[in-house]
Amino acid sequence: MKLVRWAFLPLLAVALVLGGCGGGAGKGNEVRIGLNLELSGQTATFGQSAKNGARMAVEKINADGGLLGKKVVLVEGDNKSEKSESSSIALKLIQQDKVDVIIGATTSGTTLAMVNIADENKVPVISPTATNPDVTVDPKTKSTRPYIFRACFIDPFQGEVAAKYAIQDLHAKKAAVFTEVSSDYAIGLRDAFKQAFTKLGGEIVAEESYQKNDKDFRSQLTRIRDAKPDVIFLPGYYQEAGIIIKQARSDLGIQVPIIGGDGFDSPKLVEIAGASNMAKVFLTNHYAADDPDPRIQEFVKEYQAKYNAIPDGFAVLGYDAVMLYADAVKRAGSTDPTKVKAALEATKDLPLVSGTITIGPDHNPIKAAVVLEYVDGKQTFRKKVEP
Amino acid sequence: MDVWLQQLLNAISLGAIYALIALGYTMVYGIIKLINFAHGDVFMVGAFLGYYAMLLVDGTPLGANPWTKLLVALLVAMVGSTLLGVTIERVAYRRLRNSPRLAALTTAIGVSFLLEYGTIYLRGAQGAQPEAYPTLFTAHLDLFGATLKMDALVILVTSFLLMIVLQFIVQNTQTGRAMRAVSFDMDAARLMGISVDRTISVTFALGSALGGAAGVVYGLYYTSIDPFMGLLPGLKAFIAAVVGGIGSIPGAMVGGFLIGLLETGVSALGFSLFRDAVAFIVLILILLVRPEGIFGEHVREKV
Repeated sequence: MKLVRWAFLPLLAVALVLGGCGGGAGKGNEVRIGLNLELSGQTATFGQSAKNGARMAVEKINADGGLLGKKVVLVEGDNKSEKSESSSIALKLIQQDKVDVIIGATTSGTTLAMVNIADENKVPVISPTATNPDVTVDPKTKSTRPYIFRACFIDPFQGEVAAKYAIQDLHAKKAAVFTEVSSDYAIGLRDAFKQAFTKLGGEIVAEESYQKNDKDFRSQLTRIRDAKPDVIFLPGYYQEAGIIIKQARSDLGIQVPIIGGDGFDSPKLVEIAGASNMAKVFLTNHYAADDPDPRIQEFVKEYQAKYNAIPDGFAVLGYDAVMLYADAVKRAGSTDPTKVKAALEATKDLPLVSGTITIGPDHNPIKAAVVLEYVDGKQTFRKKVEP
Repeated sequence: MDVWLQQLLNAISLGAIYALIALGYTMVYGIIKLINFAHGDVFMVGAFLGYYAMLLVDGTPLGANPWTKLLVALLVAMVGSTLLGVTIERVAYRRLRNSPRLAALTTAIGVSFLLEYGTIYLRGAQGAQPEAYPTLFTAHLDLFGATLKMDALVILVTSFLLMIVLQFIVQNTQTGRAMRAVSFDMDAARLMGISVDRTISVTFALGSALGGAAGVVYGLYYTSIDPFMGLLPGLKAFIAAVVGGIGSIPGAMVGGFLIGLLETGVSALGFSLFRDAVAFIVLILILLVRPEGIFGEHVREKV
């Protein structure tokens, strides 16, 4: 499968070079927003939610007369939750569709796959939910990537919140960590959690790993059970996490609390794990749907009326990412990428649904995180942690 | 001690699934020397058919009892997969029987893609999304500190029953004798009055039925099914069949359990990161020592 796809890349590159000069619709009287999202594949619910949120934002902007008097148009691309596909979608959006900005992707790996392309072509990227620090800052040179922004907090903070919650609220002393090692996101989260947990006096008693698309986790879980942890930290995505929770709870009788990151945030998680196995499962997330904040409640009501579902963190941040761009364009008075980039960098105290944000020097917003617990299969607000 | 018992139970239930899938590969190869790469996808289709069958009987008397529900799912999956397997052979492989082997192999890969993307197409907008299998059994036994789930027991009992039935069919019935004869020498079998086409269809039917059943127990056990679920288990089961000795029925079973044991064993020792690498290195070593597989027979080419 992978091999086949790689074989097409040179062909694709040739096609793009040849077609790069011809394609592209006329612009000038519209603002074109490209979506590079996971509409199918391993993390499809993330992309679908973010797409719904982005569509809602665009409709709202157009209803208020558009941006700088121009109509906003969405160009949707599906990266199939694959890194290589994400690069080709980004190329297509930039060269053929001539978009002014790319909103996406929802996971760190798929976003990292297009950051260099976007920087070279000077097209701003705003990722709704890629939380790995390397997305905006090149780890080798330690320099901020000029055109890459995000609307969410970063993993070191998310891992820290999880570790603090485990120690202070769940009174855990020993933690086991079970990581998807094929994911940039999960590894970043793991490192942050381990560092914070040991700094707060806890001990990591077991470390196991798995790969994307694995289905059988019982041998690793047996080892984890043997280490007798008070809490299991599970950085990964819902498709595997659902099976892991099920196998831990019902195959091996592991009843200790399980904490994950925003990768858990999908309705599929409860479906796959089974509601009866979801007791004492927590996640750190970008927002809580049952937060009484009027801005959030208004958004939830509108979203429910439109899509007949409670918006998850991905929907909220898909909406916020578009709004963050719209605000920068208004302040820049143009869609020119260099001006928009400067305006994005100057974003200060912008009220968005997921919180009031200020963009820091490394292009990361400074904002709070929440801890949620699943009660009867529904996410329930537990704690808000300010940075 | 209890940890190792737990890991052994894990290994056996994983191995049983590999063994069930491996049987389909080995039977088809044994009779027409074709590696049916679409077999992993027949397994996937079986899982989905079982899933939809369970949804259908929900709310009817059949759906009230987990055992009848399982039986319905198994039956629907096995019948559906049988039809699918026989159709694939009739439409895609039969006319290539005397073509070069690569032609048939390439066709098999094509059929595999057709089944994967056909499933996505039929399922509509969220076609590639995983589906969560209903939970049927929640009971579990505690054995010396290890937990054995009812699901795992169902997997084991189902697999062993199916394997025993298969062994009986192949060894003690007319059809089985015909199958053995055709796999031994197709032309001689035809001269003896055996209907070769019919025998090959029956072989595909049996192998696919087992694949479909494997799909249901897999779904029951791992909860999450998706259109690409057949890829990796299919590949591993194929390797299990080769290590056991392709064409040999006991070989496929032994090979399946061996891979299950190796994978679980490597993870149990704490090398989950290198699980597949180590498991497959061991398999390569086995094949270096016995190229024909554990139960395979060394066939001399007659000149």
